[in-house]
Amino acid sequence: MSTESEHHIGLPQYFSVFGALMALTGLTIWIAFQDFGWLNNVFAVGIAVIKATLVILWFMHLRYSSQLTKSLLLVSLFFFLLLVAFVFADTLTRGMLEITGRPPVIGG
Amino acid sequence: MSEAVQNSRLAHWYRSWEEQTESVTLAMWFFLVTEVMFFGGIFTAYLIYRAQNPEAFAAASHHLDIVMGGVNTAVLIGSSLTVVMSVWAAERGKQKALATWLFLTMLLGLTFLVIKYFEYSAKFEHNLVPGASFEFHDTRAGEHGYVDPSRARMFFHLYFFMTGLHALHMIIGLGIYGVLLFNTLKGKYSVRWHDPIPVAGLYWHFVDLVWIFLFPLLYLIGRH
Repeated sequence: MSTESEHHIGLPQYFSVFGALMALTGLTIWIAFQDFGWLNNVFAVGIAVIKATLVILWFMHLRYSSQLTKSLLLVSLFFFLLLVAFVFADTLTRGMLEITGRPPVIGG
Repeated sequence: MSEAVQNSRLAHWYRSWEEQTESVTLAMWFFLVTEVMFFGGIFTAYLIYRAQNPEAFAAASHHLDIVMGGVNTAVLIGSSLTVVMSVWAAERGKQKALATWLFLTMLLGLTFLVIKYFEYSAKFEHNLVPGASFEFHDTRAGEHGYVDPSRARMFFHLYFFMTGLHALHMIIGLGIYGVLLFNTLKGKYSVRWHDPIPVAGLYWHFVDLVWIFLFPLLYLIGRH
């Protein structure tokens, strides 16, 4: 058996990805102690997404996987994010209209 | 491994080795996307509570140990590297290197759990484990509003559930890698057939992925 990865990916790429992941970890910790206001949250999640993408594409070889595998992940992620988006559309907007007589949102 | 044993590794319903590898890899990805839903639900719950109680959650997350969390992040990224190295060695039939990388992966996984143990112990000592003895004090410097201890307790409920579930996945991963190492030492894998190595690797990387999101969300947000 010869897997796809062996024709494309070499050790230098693995070490580069490893180095990038470590550097991004350092960066995200440094950013956590700076005050960028609401951007802090954006940076924290954004860096985590970049790190996850590096792991998925190179360490998990998704770049060199079949179209079927790629589609599986993309379609699943799309529907997962859709599900989460609708949950947030509900929970994060409660109490916004301040309808008279409606009890206040707990913890809101 | 003899040629006969070698060929028996190809299940009769596959037309080729490539098709078999493709199938088992896809099956693992299917399992992993169900895991995304599993962890995703808890992450969503955490984000909703965090959005509703920003002050209490920021105060509570100050009790987490960034040094231990950061070291554990590095340990896990290191273990992801040893995992890809094990796949690399397996593809080239380097049995000794394969065994070494599998062993190092287990060692790093164990390191993670030991550090986690010390982190949990500190939480027990400081009465931060949700339960009868739970006691919360805002330790942040400067002026802050009143923090409702029951809201801070919610943070620790989520913290223990999320990191606990992640640690459980690590323990299962250690078991899987123990089997892989055992089979490698028995000479079960070859250049032609070593599917369990990259497939288990996918699982390990996924557990690393979960931590990549857990670390900033639990330890880092609201820290400054």
